[in-house]
Amino acid sequence: MSIVPAEASPRRTLPRWLLAGNWSLRLGVVGFALIVLAAIFAPLVSSFDPVALDLRNALKAPSLVHPMGTDHLGRDVFSRVIYGARVDLQIGAIGVALPLILGSVIGLAAGYLGGWVDAVVGRIVDIIIAFPFLVLVIAIVAMLGPGLINLYIALTAISWVLYTRIVRAEALALKKREYVLAARNLGFGHLRIMFRHILPNAIAPAFVFAMSDFALDVQVGATLSFFGLGAQPPTPEWGLMIAETRSMMLTAPWVVVGPGLAIVVVSLVVSLIGDGLADLVRGIDD
Amino acid sequence: MVEPILRVEGVSKSYARRGLLARDATTARPALSPASFELMPGEILGIVGESGSGKTTLARCIALLERPDTGRVMFRGEDLVALNERELRKRRRAIQTVFQDPYASLNPRLKVGDALAEVMLVHRLAERRHVRGRVAELLDQVGLPSRAAHDYPAAFSGGQRQRICIARALAAQPDILIADEPVSSLDVSVQAQVVNLLLDLRDRLQLSVIFIGHDLHLIDFLAPRVIVMLAGEIVETVGGDVPITDARHPYTRALMDAVPSLEKVAARQSSTPESPSR
Repeated sequence: MSIVPAEASPRRTLPRWLLAGNWSLRLGVVGFALIVLAAIFAPLVSSFDPVALDLRNALKAPSLVHPMGTDHLGRDVFSRVIYGARVDLQIGAIGVALPLILGSVIGLAAGYLGGWVDAVVGRIVDIIIAFPFLVLVIAIVAMLGPGLINLYIALTAISWVLYTRIVRAEALALKKREYVLAARNLGFGHLRIMFRHILPNAIAPAFVFAMSDFALDVQVGATLSFFGLGAQPPTPEWGLMIAETRSMMLTAPWVVVGPGLAIVVVSLVVSLIGDGLADLVRGIDD
Repeated sequence: MVEPILRVEGVSKSYARRGLLARDATTARPALSPASFELMPGEILGIVGESGSGKTTLARCIALLERPDTGRVMFRGEDLVALNERELRKRRRAIQTVFQDPYASLNPRLKVGDALAEVMLVHRLAERRHVRGRVAELLDQVGLPSRAAHDYPAAFSGGQRQRICIARALAAQPDILIADEPVSSLDVSVQAQVVNLLLDLRDRLQLSVIFIGHDLHLIDFLAPRVIVMLAGEIVETVGGDVPITDARHPYTRALMDAVPSLEKVAARQSSTPESPSR
């Protein structure tokens, strides 16, 4: 009997999917990569120090020297937006990674083990979801005190429940799959079955959600910094930049357009990746 | 006299309906009424019955994938039902199952070779440096080339996947192989290949096989002794001295009559010549 592989394996098709079709994923990945590179190589992108004061050049309109103008202290807005990406992308990345890891493991355990573990986890999830997200974040940060570390703690303490819900639902469906039964039949331990046989097949929807969560976290980070609960001056952070200059918004609109645009672009790019990933996940599933 | 390798004694299972407050045992529908039978070493035992007759439940109870409500599963003189999960885990590899749906039976994110190697490494059935060779051997045993080890399950057809599932079961070096309708989702030509493979492996490896199906002709061809199930009960055991054509139970006769054959078609056409042709 001759063996002709019917189709290439999923791992191998991944790069090809990236190159052909799937415009949103391509656009999103390229855009996101550009933003990350700009953040990493910020000193090369902008020659201005983001925190250096230059009061003689305060509130200058956008020009070739200052592409986004200068703020009330004469700082280059473009430079601050680029350096600000470091802070805001970090908020997004940490605000997604920690809940993703924590929530997936808890969801996996709840879905696979069931019983009282599932019942307890389910009630905690319900309670946290019952509160408005932003209100809860603000409450926790206000309690712990302003600052980015406390923002990460608040984001992790709350948004793990969303990943738990997603992964739990997947694990619940997968544990009745025959390959999981086969794994039990073969005498594999619970941890091996959970992390090797269920998690890799349950995690894809969580990654898709993580992309929209990334955008949300950037917005929440900017919002809290705007309220003075997140990044502290003179840190270049988009929400904080808007807060500092909002009184000049009518006379020198460029001071808020720069950081505002940055938030929109990052959210857009990450959402594109999420959309593309969703298509990809649907395509790969057997 | 040869001792049976497996003795199933009064195994039953019911799936409790969820009551308003708790599991309600009184409304439970028995999926499997107490069933008893023996399996001899090297025997192929057939289990036949329509869907919902409790075949799969029986198979899962024997493999302890479901805990039976009552009864004992005696394997080599030891009651598997009485063991706790930890003790059971060490003995599970002796009784392996090939499942019905080959498309759901393989982890899509594990390469075939890794899936086979995992079994041997977990149970320390091969040293790490010999594992690759053993994987190739296993694949060869089920008629697949050794390069199949490097592909994901998505690269294979249903019949090929079922061969991989058999190879994975064999990797555990089992004594008993439960084949739970392993061919009912495959093309007829592929069915024959997989069935012949099972027969061949039984001879070579001295496996005891429990073959579950609903195709009475196929089961009759494979298994000298056949258990007939209806609505969760074993209604008859045919074979041995009694050929299946002499089955007494009306349900077994009904099953036999349900098998289409050209003779029957011819008989019907000659008896009703005026029936409109379609």
